[in-house]
Amino acid sequence: MSGDRYQALANSALGSAFVKRLGLPAPPPLERHEPGMPVVSGPVVFGQARGGRLAEPVRDILRSIGARTLDAATAADEGGRPAALVFDATGIDSSPRLRALYDFFHPVIASLGRNGRVVVFTTPAIEAGSVAAATAQRAIEGFVRSVAKEVGRYGSTAQLVEVAAGGEGAMESTIRFLLSARSAYVDGQAIHIEAADGDRVVPPADWERPLAGVSAAVTGAARGIGESIAATLADRGAEVLCIDIPPAGEALSRVANGIGGTSLALDITDAGAPQRLADHIGGRGGRIDAFVHNAGITRDRTIARMPPENWDMVVDVNLSSQERLTEALLEGGLIGARGRIVSVSSVSGIAGNRGQTNYATSKAGVIGMVRAWAPAMRERSATINAVAPGFIETQMTAAMPVGTREAGRRMNSLLQGGKPVDVAETIAWLVSPASGGLNGNVVRVCGQQLLGA
Amino acid sequence: MSPDRRNAAVLGGNRIPFARRDREYAHASDQDMLTAAIDGLVARFGLQGQRLGEVAAGGVLKRSRDFNLTRECVLGSALAPETPAYDVQQACGTSLETTIHVANKIRLGQIESGIAGGYDTTSDAPIELNDDLRRLLLDLNRTRSTTGRLALLGRLRPGQVVPATPRNEEPRTGLSMGEHQAISTRRWGITREEQDEIAVESHHRLAAAYDRGFFDDLVTPFLGLERDGNLRPDASIEKLAGMKPVFGDGPDASMTAGNSTPLTDGASAALLASDEWAAEQDLPVLAHFVDAETGAVDYVHGESGLLEAPLYAVPRLLERNGLDLQDFDYYEIHEAFASQVAMTLKAWQDPAFCKDRLGLDEPLGAIDRDKLNVNGSSLAAGHPFGATGARIVATLAKLLAERGSGRGLISICAAGGMGVAAILERCG
Repeated sequence: MSGDRYQALANSALGSAFVKRLGLPAPPPLERHEPGMPVVSGPVVFGQARGGRLAEPVRDILRSIGARTLDAATAADEGGRPAALVFDATGIDSSPRLRALYDFFHPVIASLGRNGRVVVFTTPAIEAGSVAAATAQRAIEGFVRSVAKEVGRYGSTAQLVEVAAGGEGAMESTIRFLLSARSAYVDGQAIHIEAADGDRVVPPADWERPLAGVSAAVTGAARGIGESIAATLADRGAEVLCIDIPPAGEALSRVANGIGGTSLALDITDAGAPQRLADHIGGRGGRIDAFVHNAGITRDRTIARMPPENWDMVVDVNLSSQERLTEALLEGGLIGARGRIVSVSSVSGIAGNRGQTNYATSKAGVIGMVRAWAPAMRERSATINAVAPGFIETQMTAAMPVGTREAGRRMNSLLQGGKPVDVAETIAWLVSPASGGLNGNVVRVCGQQLLGA
Repeated sequence: MSPDRRNAAVLGGNRIPFARRDREYAHASDQDMLTAAIDGLVARFGLQGQRLGEVAAGGVLKRSRDFNLTRECVLGSALAPETPAYDVQQACGTSLETTIHVANKIRLGQIESGIAGGYDTTSDAPIELNDDLRRLLLDLNRTRSTTGRLALLGRLRPGQVVPATPRNEEPRTGLSMGEHQAISTRRWGITREEQDEIAVESHHRLAAAYDRGFFDDLVTPFLGLERDGNLRPDASIEKLAGMKPVFGDGPDASMTAGNSTPLTDGASAALLASDEWAAEQDLPVLAHFVDAETGAVDYVHGESGLLEAPLYAVPRLLERNGLDLQDFDYYEIHEAFASQVAMTLKAWQDPAFCKDRLGLDEPLGAIDRDKLNVNGSSLAAGHPFGATGARIVATLAKLLAERGSGRGLISICAAGGMGVAAILERCG
């Protein structure tokens, strides 16, 4: 993989002066999770708009994390740069009261450390209770996304977490993820936590290994993002079934042996693939707790020049086969209570991309599939979510023309491409037994790419 | 199945695609290939870091320094280094023989799990010193005096520099396997047409099995090769008819490169275990290893041909298990040469042979050809000597699992006038 040489240059002693003088973008080095790292490396400043409903559960979680929590009023006196700014905005019930955001963030935001985190909690508009409250709650999204764009050049991120009534007990895995270095490339996202009782949310005995005892499967696991997903899930304790096409068998064996998982050579586009997968899982313990639809291909051409097989192949691999496998897994009872499905979509599927009508169609379809399955999954106490990677540095992007690659890398708030592990960490969070409140979400892993909603 | 012993189960297998000599695996060693086969198996079954009862494998063409080759492969694999291993060398029967060893230990309760495998390279073949030079160097090593050493060095001759290359011939007859089988082919009156038909069918059936994904969980690509390099899906009687005989002489010589196995590189491995171990690991059992018989014939002085031992071993195996030749759903008769398969089937239908040589009142009879080598065999896949047995064991076990129940017979002829036969079974 060709690394980001510009980023290395911009962060060198000589290069940084040069880059600053020319007014070029200076991509910040992003901190990523290493074993033994605390969730947050410094104090967390917590604030609340009057009338908010989440102060208590959020403070409890910050305590559970072991974070030193400061009040906005005293933060400046306590000294030291905060690692995170967390604000409960659920109490804001009218547009004039949005001023509470300004009052909390204005004095402290400049002190936020590098690779800092901003997390703002809201209530879903439909639960807000009045038109004025719904309006105000929705307004907060614009605020958070703009804050994300302001702090991005320091490697910091900002997210909005919308917590439905009854979702208060389901927040911990999300708060841990968003405050930690594991969410390094997730930025400017609005995440919805739905009502989830204790039956659906199982906090792990060890937050370092939240997937202990989880049986997972990843398609397209022989290389790239899929390999990273398999490795990350295994690192968190999951037993991982690595799936890829038969010709990729050699690499697939290497991946499976490297992470202590198992391999299954399967062409997911085969008509018999759902049955073979079901037979395989049925013969080996009989269940999958977390299934990750990652396998995907691109066959780019503008629609006018695209041969029909490019269309057919991309839609079949990226979407139709996911639909068939999902159906087989659910109908066969192979994904049970607290089961998790995550589909890999793409920012292209949200924003569209020239030359990718087939790919973007398939990836938007994945979002449609996830949303359509979500109610049925909720009924089984299971969840389904999508991640939409933006520009992730892989062999695929390394093969792009320099201009396209450079543009892709820089056009986001963090001024750089993500790594496969960023997608993998996001998926590990979504499939956690503790993430039972996350259902039907589409989480972008794109550094807040400038394109798309 | 003896009621007093527990079952030995075949859980699966893995091999690398077989390559023709000096092609894709020209620079791969036996160790590279067997390690790849084992690692692929470990990946399929999640055996990383596990201590298995043993790994038994072997090959024919190997260097003397590779005395512990299988153990070296285990150490280089993802298995626990505490897994013991040993090498067996029994010509083309090698990895069916290792399967028997592992199965027997499981049935006796000495081990719970094991891998049986084999390997062979005809590309990375050992080349030895010319025997004259070797003796001279050994003498030189033994001689203490300078004058003695000088005298020995004076005996060095340019001709001694020519290395001794391994040859595919029987030490006691100087004939190659093909030349031996050419004698049997003539004696049994096996026609060119019969042989070519067997070869074409082998290619077509192997190609069809690949196409339907049968080998997806039995083969792992290696060094860019995804299917057996020898496989010719478009093989036809017409194409084979044009090939010149390479073994035998005279107008009725009929054995060609098309109906004989080519020199091949490859490795294979099969996973065996007790039913209890399989259940503990949540691994389904494909089939059980029932019984086996290894036989040999006196091809040097006697009337038997080099590759005729299975003709005798199989009837003994059937009798011990109270079975008729027709009591099987699948027959896997290793296609060393198409004529070996044709000869075997002909002999078992021949009243004189069955009476005089096997001591049977009735011939064993014919078998349903639709049950024979249903997914092709060595003529299409190729035949890395040591690797063929485990290839067949895994293939047959999966066939029985797909069928749901049934019984299969394996027959493998081997150099040295030997033959190995085995029965696998899956109860419904």
